[in-house]
Amino acid sequence: MTDTTGGSIETDYQRVQRSDEFQDLKRRFRRFVFPMTALFLVWYFVYVLLADYAHDFMATKVWGNITVGLLLGLGQFVSTFAITMVYARWANNRQDPVAERLRLHIEQGVVDGGSDPTSGPTGGDAA
Amino acid sequence: MNALVVAADATEKIGDPALNITIFGAFVLVTLVVVFRASRNNKTAADYYAAGRSFTGPQNGTAIAGDYLSAASFLGICGAIALNGYDGFLYSIGFLVAWLVALLLVAELLRNTGRFTMADVLSFRLKERPVRMVAALSTLAVVFFYLLAQMAGAGGLVALLLGIEGTAAQGVVIAVVGALMILYVLVGGMKGTTWVQIIKAVLLIVGAGVMTLWVLAKYGFSLSDVIQGAVDTAGEGGEALVGPGKQYGATAMSQLNFLSLALALVLGTAGLPHVLMRFYTVPSAKEARRSVVWAIWLIGIFYLFTLVLGYGAGALVGPDKIKAAPGGQNSAAPLLAYELGGTVLLALISAIAFATILAVVAGLTITAATSFAHDIYASVIKKGQVRPDGEVRVARITVVAIGVLAIVGGIFANGQNVAFLVALAFAVAASANLPTILCSLFWKRFNTSGALWSMWGGLISCLVLITFSPVVSGKVDPKTGDSLSMIKDTGVDFHLISLENPGLITIPLAFVLGIVGTLISKEKSSPERYAEMEVRSLTGAGSEKAVVH
Repeated sequence: MTDTTGGSIETDYQRVQRSDEFQDLKRRFRRFVFPMTALFLVWYFVYVLLADYAHDFMATKVWGNITVGLLLGLGQFVSTFAITMVYARWANNRQDPVAERLRLHIEQGVVDGGSDPTSGPTGGDAA
Repeated sequence: MNALVVAADATEKIGDPALNITIFGAFVLVTLVVVFRASRNNKTAADYYAAGRSFTGPQNGTAIAGDYLSAASFLGICGAIALNGYDGFLYSIGFLVAWLVALLLVAELLRNTGRFTMADVLSFRLKERPVRMVAALSTLAVVFFYLLAQMAGAGGLVALLLGIEGTAAQGVVIAVVGALMILYVLVGGMKGTTWVQIIKAVLLIVGAGVMTLWVLAKYGFSLSDVIQGAVDTAGEGGEALVGPGKQYGATAMSQLNFLSLALALVLGTAGLPHVLMRFYTVPSAKEARRSVVWAIWLIGIFYLFTLVLGYGAGALVGPDKIKAAPGGQNSAAPLLAYELGGTVLLALISAIAFATILAVVAGLTITAATSFAHDIYASVIKKGQVRPDGEVRVARITVVAIGVLAIVGGIFANGQNVAFLVALAFAVAASANLPTILCSLFWKRFNTSGALWSMWGGLISCLVLITFSPVVSGKVDPKTGDSLSMIKDTGVDFHLISLENPGLITIPLAFVLGIVGTLISKEKSSPERYAEMEVRSLTGAGSEKAVVH
C-alpha cells in the first residue's frame, strides 16, 4: 500500500473519513447500534436477574400454566426478532445507499474532487 | 410407575439399530456426493477457506444455524427442559439474544475489514505478528474445547442411538465420525463444510418442527396443557417445572454461577471463531447482514420448538424413564421421538443428531486449520513470504492433524463429564476475543499493547479459574458421595474458588486490561490505518470480493 506510508500526506481514506457524508454515515450508525445494544442487553439482564433471584414473581401464573416467567422469556424472543427486522430494514434503506456511493467513489479513485486513480486502494491485501 | 418397571424399560433396547445406521448412512452418502461436487472449484485460498465468498445470505444463514445448533443444543436443551423445566429454557434465551451482538456490532464490520480469520481484523491496525499469534492461540483453544466436547458426546450418543456398548466399540465409532469429518473438510474445504451444515440444519429444523406439531396436536395445541402433562407425569414436586430455580436456584453460589453463564453466553457467540469465519463466505456486508437475520429466525424458531419438545418429553416419556435411559438427560428427545412415531421416527431423529455432530465438528476443524495455516504458519512463521497454495497445503495437513487429535481426545474423554467444555469455550470467546474485536473496531486510541493485555489476560484467567474451580476437582454429590468433577477421585481436591463459569470475573477483567494496556503504552496509533479501517468497515470499500470461476 503506497498510500499509508506518508507521514504528512493525507490518504484517500483520511479524505473520505473527514468528509461530511462519511461522518454522517458513521454518526447515524453509532446512534442506532449503541443505544439498541444497550437496550437489549439491559432487557436481557433484567430478565436473567428476575429468573435468577425472583422465583416467586416469575412463577406467578397468568392463565393455565403460562407464567410471568414464560411470557417474559417469550418476550425475549419477540424483542430479538423485532430488533433484527428493524435494524435490517433501517440498514438496507438508510445506510446501504450512502455506503455504496462512498465505496464506488473510493474504488474508482475519485474522492473529494478527484485524486490520482492509481493511488487508490488496491483491494484486500492490506489485512 | 414403580421402580421395577423403570428398570425393565431401561435394559430393554428401544428402536432398531440397523435402521438407525441405514438412515445415517444415507445422510453420509448424500453429503459426500454434495461435498465432492462442491470441491471441483477449490483452487485458491479464498475457495478453500471462504468458499470463494460465493454463498448467498440465506444459504450462509442456514449454515450458521447448522453450525450453531450443536447436539448440545438439540439433545441437551430438550433434556434440560424435560428434567428441570423452566431453567432449561433459560439457556436457549442466552444463545439466541447473543446473535444481536453479532448482528449490530460485529458481522458486517468484520466482513468488510478481514479476509479469512478473526486475526485479520485485529492485525489491521495493530502490530501484526504478536496479535496474530495470540488470536490464533485463542481460536485454537476455543475450537479445541468445543471439539472435544462434541467428540466425547458422540460416544454417549452411540450408546443410546445405535445400541453399541463397550468402550472399544464406541471408540471405533468415534474414529469413524472423525474420519468422515476429515474427509469432508479435506475434500470439500469451506464449500463442502457449508453444504453439510445447510443440509443438516434443514433436516434438524424440519425434524424438530414435525415433532413439535405432533406433541402440540396431542394436547389440543395448548402449551399450557403440555406443561400440565409434564407436571402430572413428574408426580410429586412436578409443579417446580413451571417456574425458574429448579436447577440454578439451589444456593447463592449456583445463582451466581447462572449469572456468570448468562454473561458468557450473550457475549461469547460474537467471539466464537467458527461463527466469525462464516461471515467471510458471502460476497458483501449486506449478505453478511442477511445471513445473521436468517440465522436469528432459524435459531429462534428452533429454540421455540425445543421448549415444546422438552415439556413434551417430560409429559409423554417422563423424568424417571429419561434418567434411567443410557445417555440420561440427552436421551429425552430421541425417547420422545420413539414415543411419538415409533422405530422409524427414532431412527430419523437419531440420524439427524449424528449428522449434527458431524457438521459441527467439520465447521470447527476448518476454522482451526485456517487459523493455524493463515495466522501462525503464513504470517508468523513465514512472515507472509508464502505462496497461497502452500498455505492451503498446510491447512490440509492441519485438518488431518486436528482430526486425529480429536479422535484420540474423543476416545479418552468418552464417558467423562465434559459438558463444561462448551461453557468454557464460550467464556474464552467472550473474554479473550470479543473485547479486543470491539475495541479494535470502535476505539480509535486502542493499540497493540491493549490487545495483547486483553487477549492474553482473558485467555489465561479463564484457563486458571477453570482449573481451580469445582468443575475440575472437589465437587462432591452430597447425597451419594460421588464426584461430580472431571477428576473422579474425591481425594484429589485443589479447587480454590467456587465459581464454575469464569465469565463473571474474566469478561470485565479482559475489558479493563484492554483499556489499561492501551493507556499505559506509549505506542502511537496510526491515524492512516484507523481511517482506512473505519472507512472500509462502514462502506465496504476495498473489501474482499467473491471469487468468479
